[in-house]
Amino acid sequence: MERVAIIGASMTQFGQRDAWLRELLVEAGEAALADANVTGAALDHLYVSNMASGEFEGQTGVVNALAHDLAATPAYTARVDQTSASGGAGVYAAWQSVASGASDCTLLVGGEKMTHRSTAEATDVIASLTHPVEYKHGVTLPSFAGLTARHYLETYDAPRESLGKVAVKNHANGVDNPHAQFRKEVDLETVLESPIVADPLRLYDFCPITDGSAGLVLCPVSVAEEYVDDEYVVISGIGGATDTHVVHERADLTTMGGVRDSAAIAYEMADIGPDDVDVAELHDMFTILEFLQSEDLGFFEKGAGWRAVEDGVTDRDGDLPINTSGGLKSKGHPLGASGVAQLYEVVNQVRGTAGPRQVDADVGLACNVGGFGNCVTTTVVEGAQ
Amino acid sequence: MTDDVPPFEAAVYADGSITYPPHPVGPDGAERTDTLDLREYEAHVVTWTTSTATPPGVRQPNALAIVEFDLGGSYDGPPVRALGQVVVEDETADGEDASGDRSGTDTQVVAVGDRVEPVYVAELRDPEAGIREPASQSWDGFRFRPVE
Repeated sequence: MERVAIIGASMTQFGQRDAWLRELLVEAGEAALADANVTGAALDHLYVSNMASGEFEGQTGVVNALAHDLAATPAYTARVDQTSASGGAGVYAAWQSVASGASDCTLLVGGEKMTHRSTAEATDVIASLTHPVEYKHGVTLPSFAGLTARHYLETYDAPRESLGKVAVKNHANGVDNPHAQFRKEVDLETVLESPIVADPLRLYDFCPITDGSAGLVLCPVSVAEEYVDDEYVVISGIGGATDTHVVHERADLTTMGGVRDSAAIAYEMADIGPDDVDVAELHDMFTILEFLQSEDLGFFEKGAGWRAVEDGVTDRDGDLPINTSGGLKSKGHPLGASGVAQLYEVVNQVRGTAGPRQVDADVGLACNVGGFGNCVTTTVVEGAQ
Repeated sequence: MTDDVPPFEAAVYADGSITYPPHPVGPDGAERTDTLDLREYEAHVVTWTTSTATPPGVRQPNALAIVEFDLGGSYDGPPVRALGQVVVEDETADGEDASGDRSGTDTQVVAVGDRVEPVYVAELRDPEAGIREPASQSWDGFRFRPVE
């Protein structure tokens, strides 16, 4: 199996954009290719991570459009839809294409255009991933978060304020991310007094609806220096896993089995453990998810993730910085782009190009979650050396 | 219990496990062998939320709970739970106001540990208002009402 390098990374401005999906994909695709010093003609494979362009925009076949626009034909193309984890699933597909030897140069672009829809409409598009017995009760992803947050707080005797501190931390990180949707700090009082969305969670416990795109270029490690000298990183471990589609059927409602299982695969492949990770991007679509993932990734004991936030362990200057990009919470969550944008941040952290967000990191991890933990991809990235 | 109310159907598998909703095979792949009508059982609230940002065709706010059925001492399989709407005090149980505007209602209508019973509702949300094809699934089901 080929070892796989990431030689180019990009992300567009996240937020409310005038551009439609095709334009967003081209913007990120061109930037990633430029970062890798390659052209569309060099691509053997091209993937687009996107959850719902047909539902949001009435535009399907977006990956073929991108191949044409980037002059990448006759590259093999495929669109990857794995709900909110489409980006991570795309990383897996792109990694697989190079690791298997099928492609010597692969471009992955993730993107979504959402903000032209009302919150209610966008919520319904996302909720359409639920099981029929959930959907008919009007269950939404935010309501799963409210149900789980209450259960977590009661089970582990965690204070409500600890969830708010996730939002405060990630908003503070987002201030230094020029691509973030929100570059504004919030204080705990603002979070705790914002309107209820899914009791006990409030507006600032949730990520926004976002337009945006991000890209990665991958090739075998053996030829990476031909493109970018030593300015590349290596995917040293990657794993994907699923959990029950029906959320209430899980043995423990505060455990995300897909996170735990995908991480185990990724750690084994990378020959590391959770203590070796220096920086992590987690899927904080809701504040409660940062607790669950940080525990199921093995960073903290079950039920202790909230204490790590309270103690500042996950701050940018803490022992394990989490979501230095601002996370989905501050950076925004254009569904298909998010898992790719997580890698954009981790790549920049590991190769030392994260600017004011830079932390000391040799090993980075990204965990991208689809549905409410239905499907997960965990990726470990290490420096070229 | 009237005969015109459909069963609240869970599946029973060859290894004794029970799930709601039913699946073609059990959690560990065991063959599906029987059904169980959950109308016969009470449950207790594991957790609850009240969602204020609801999709088109869904009552607002929408009180939801995950409940766990109390199946008696002879059952020792995985917990049997359901996620469903909670009946609120000023609401008829027949679904007449399934998509009505109830903004301003107190968000807490149930508490963790409360005992509840299933109550049949003919239409839980307006099938025509959401993104899902109305004919692709059923829209009736069971809300949960606290037991006095």
